[in-house]
Amino acid sequence: MAFNVRFEMLDKGIARITLAGELDAGTAPLFQKEVEKATAENAKRLVLVVSELEYIASAGLRVLVFAKQKMGRQVDVYVVGAQEQVMDTIRKTGLHNSVISVKSYDPAVIENI
Amino acid sequence: MDRIDVYPTHQFEGFKLRPGRAYPFGANLVPGGVNFAIFSKHANYCVLVLFEKGKPKPLAEIPFRGVFQKPGTGEPVWADFRVGNVFSMVVFDLDYENIEYGFRMDGPGPRPEKGKPALHRFDPSTILTDPYAKAVGGRDAWGEKPNWADEYPHRARIVQDDFDWESDRPLEIPTEDLIIYEMHVRGFTRHPSSKTKHPGTFAAIREKIPYLKELGVNCIELMPIYEFDEFENSRQSKDTGELLMNYWGYSTVGFFAPKAGFAASGKMKDGTMVADELKTLVKELHENGIEVILDVVFNHTAEGNEEGLAISFRGIDNATYYMLTPEGYYFNFSGTGNTLNCNNPIVRTMVLECLRYWAAEFHIDGFRFDLAAILGRDPWGAPLANPPLLETLAFDPILAKCKLIAEAWDAGGLYQVGSFPAYGRWAEWNGKYRDTVRCFLRGDPDQAGGMAQRLQGSPDLYARGGRGPTASINFVTCHDGFTLADLVSYDGKHNEANGENNNDGANDNYSWNCGREGSTDDPQVNDLRRRQMKNALAMLMVSRGVPMLLMGDEIGRTQKGNNNAYCHDNEFSWLDWTLQKPNEEIFRFARACVAFRKTHPVLRGSTYFRNEDYAGSGFADITWHGTRAWNADWSSDSRVVAFMLCGMHAKDATVKDDTIYVAMNMYWESLPFELPELHQESCWRVFANTGAPSPQDIWEPGAEPVLSDQRQFIVGARSVAILVSGSSAAGSTGKREG
Repeated sequence: MAFNVRFEMLDKGIARITLAGELDAGTAPLFQKEVEKATAENAKRLVLVVSELEYIASAGLRVLVFAKQKMGRQVDVYVVGAQEQVMDTIRKTGLHNSVISVKSYDPAVIENI
Repeated sequence: MDRIDVYPTHQFEGFKLRPGRAYPFGANLVPGGVNFAIFSKHANYCVLVLFEKGKPKPLAEIPFRGVFQKPGTGEPVWADFRVGNVFSMVVFDLDYENIEYGFRMDGPGPRPEKGKPALHRFDPSTILTDPYAKAVGGRDAWGEKPNWADEYPHRARIVQDDFDWESDRPLEIPTEDLIIYEMHVRGFTRHPSSKTKHPGTFAAIREKIPYLKELGVNCIELMPIYEFDEFENSRQSKDTGELLMNYWGYSTVGFFAPKAGFAASGKMKDGTMVADELKTLVKELHENGIEVILDVVFNHTAEGNEEGLAISFRGIDNATYYMLTPEGYYFNFSGTGNTLNCNNPIVRTMVLECLRYWAAEFHIDGFRFDLAAILGRDPWGAPLANPPLLETLAFDPILAKCKLIAEAWDAGGLYQVGSFPAYGRWAEWNGKYRDTVRCFLRGDPDQAGGMAQRLQGSPDLYARGGRGPTASINFVTCHDGFTLADLVSYDGKHNEANGENNNDGANDNYSWNCGREGSTDDPQVNDLRRRQMKNALAMLMVSRGVPMLLMGDEIGRTQKGNNNAYCHDNEFSWLDWTLQKPNEEIFRFARACVAFRKTHPVLRGSTYFRNEDYAGSGFADITWHGTRAWNADWSSDSRVVAFMLCGMHAKDATVKDDTIYVAMNMYWESLPFELPELHQESCWRVFANTGAPSPQDIWEPGAEPVLSDQRQFIVGARSVAILVSGSSAAGSTGKREG
């Protein structure tokens, strides 16, 4: 499946990136570009909606690491609706400690700063 | 910000290049590109070979010397990207996550011929793995049949070191407080009964951390995890048709690369993910107070002898990396075909840099060196009085807090238990501890005196060299030999399944089958075996020094009498977790013994007993007893050792602990032991008595019942009793260490 990424800046400095398809070395730069946009906007929270994401390779994980490093520890990174395979990859490499994983998009939680 | 002076100065077939940095060796990310640096003293020509990941044919072959183009103008220009004996260049704009790389080398000497000795083995038709590769592909999923036609089977990959360790650092647990658990990464969870999500992997060990914590160990020692080839010398068993493999992995392909096949993420063919999976394991173990020691194999490599194939070293610089006879045959001090030339300064530096990498980048807490006596031999094989490698490691600033443990012998006959060059740092696998305890355990004569030494941390072996009891890693079993359950179930080894007519594996096992060979339903034999296992665990946990348990011994793991299961990736080797239930009694005993050791600092001294009362307690730090108190029997007929550790002398009298009395009766009948009298306010409580049926065989530390007869304790046939002093009021056993 083709890769798709969409960036939105919500209220209260929340950056939302919606990912779909396969995030691998070929498509990671597209993701990275959107993360950089969020950084440029001084986002206070990064929300990654990944329920349509089917695969994440190391290059994709590295963008997550990059996001975390670039935005600083005070910026929470939410991963929303990860499929089991994607979550498993995040867990195996220890990144689950750096992100907040939630099953579904609940604005009361995710958009509450 | 990128450096502005890093720009390409040369071009080759569209690849932008510049002369590289000669140091550090390996493939390292630099702004805009990748720096490749590789040493060879004897090669006169080197080519960097780049592959797209997994592709059979190279993407590019870039020589380090020749005619290049100037960027922009395309004007031809001759260049030699080499500093001293190091070929180095930067390649710009590489998609390094999708690249595999290797080298071709040429140099003096004829093309190597299989089976023929040679000083040099240069052959530019072979693509060679970088000795400094931080990830090696080709065996990405364990046991997956390799592509034998691949012209580059072990492919170097590039790794990013950006793992988020947060505040993790090595734990630096004092050596005397360690309780080591030796395990095989795959074997620990590969059995379906482990019920882990990714059986046989680093990730699965994480799932079992609660088990390790329950057992109470605070250090795991991983059998080799450097990249190796499980298919090396693989063969079909003549009897069963089963594939016999290089399961243990004592045969390194890449010293800097974690074994991809041990990672659940290995099949994603991404070196960084493999590394991150291992780092995540180390981090979580640390969070749970458990250290990680790696079993490292620097004595030889996977390239074998004259008959072997070039993977890396022999094609890069055979004469530097290996010990060779004047004719060019490989010295074989390792028993596996070749011997790494560890005291050559180049090789020594590689070993040092490798260990530094693992300590700094993977937060590894210590290393156990396989056949470490080899590391003390000179390039011609003679033992050195002051081996530079061992000294370098002992004094290295980055390894300064790492535990260094030697297997102090080699296959060339050098046996250095007690005499390994230690520089105040090195500990040893104490093979004599193992043998003495085994002999005493089975009731051999002439063992009481030796046993007294082993219980004290083997001062007879180590005190002379100014070393303390932490020089002694005490063990009764390890991966190499019988498991504990087999030690008490087999008189002889049963290695037929290895396909070598039972000729492989050690013959001196000092084991005893308790009356029947192998599995039996005779309840008396099984009772005795259980008791003997508990006896061994008790002896180990009350000995001064550092105890090491073998994976699964706490639940009676068996290899069906096989004492050399190196080739079995099957139920011989895997930990069968269903044993937890039938052997719950052994686990309970082991867990309590570990807890007892952790509770009582008097068991964990870092110095030897002085046999005197320097705390003014009225008792010497250690006193020896027998069936009569204060009267030890050291005669050759004695099967009895009893001793008392005065709690006021714990940790050199800096800590107050309870007093502990241990009576070991390896005689075949029960014997009454007169107990040494305690001070008035104290009384003896019983912590363990292997002669009693479970659950009266052991108590939780702190909940030991008071002995009704304070003067005498009947210790059953082949049984161990451990008593602890406490106030006669119920529920209190005196002060303990914080």
